[in-house]
Amino acid sequence: MSEMKKFLYLNRKAPYGTIYALESLEVVLIGAAFEQEVSLAFLDDGVFQLMNNQDASGTGMKGFSKTYRALGDYEVRKLYVETESLALRGLAVDDLMPITWEDEDEDYAEKPSIIPVSKAELAELIAGHDVVLSF
Amino acid sequence: MSGYQLNGAVIAHDEEGYLTDIGQWTKDLASVIAKAENIDMNESHWEVVNFLRDYYEEYQIAPAVRILVKEMTKKYGKEKGDQKALYELFPYGPAKQACKIAGLPKPTGCV
Repeated sequence: MSEMKKFLYLNRKAPYGTIYALESLEVVLIGAAFEQEVSLAFLDDGVFQLMNNQDASGTGMKGFSKTYRALGDYEVRKLYVETESLALRGLAVDDLMPITWEDEDEDYAEKPSIIPVSKAELAELIAGHDVVLSF
Repeated sequence: MSGYQLNGAVIAHDEEGYLTDIGQWTKDLASVIAKAENIDMNESHWEVVNFLRDYYEEYQIAPAVRILVKEMTKKYGKEKGDQKALYELFPYGPAKQACKIAGLPKPTGCV
């Protein structure tokens, strides 16, 4: 087996109003079924995708925020969130929904998936991935 | 638009048999869909269908087969969370066909 490629999906747009966020999530769920190591990053308005207590009923779109919490099942365990983008929008990590993955090696202990990173750290992460897709 | 017949009412489905309005699902309707799929529902079938509905309720998606196998294993043990056993219950694919009977949309990633 060839070495697993590292994929990073950048999410930069608000969850509703455009189809980008939902499309990204669907591509991630499909991609995670293959031999890929998949991570996500949220920056700019993309940080809104992870907001807690979303109510999509007024948008005319299906609410899909709960689906981010399924990512752990798909072995997507790293959701990087750029702290500068959060701060610019008056948000903190506490405003985001809790997302966890289960560590099979530690009796299914739930571990947090959201990892706050600075702009500089995110730049390094982008450089360290084989494939970067921006939505 | 074609539909399933249930107590004199017609419940619309798409060209592949998935419900147009997933809110119309009932257990009785599930039995009607199962019959159309040539599946004789037993307890094991219902376990999968109920599991899928719970998963959808929690995450708003139908899980891929791989995830279904993993999660069924965790919940019901290795015997139930077995890909072969699941295919024996639902020959056209445990996710695809069971989701249809569970009244859910076709799983993401299914062609």
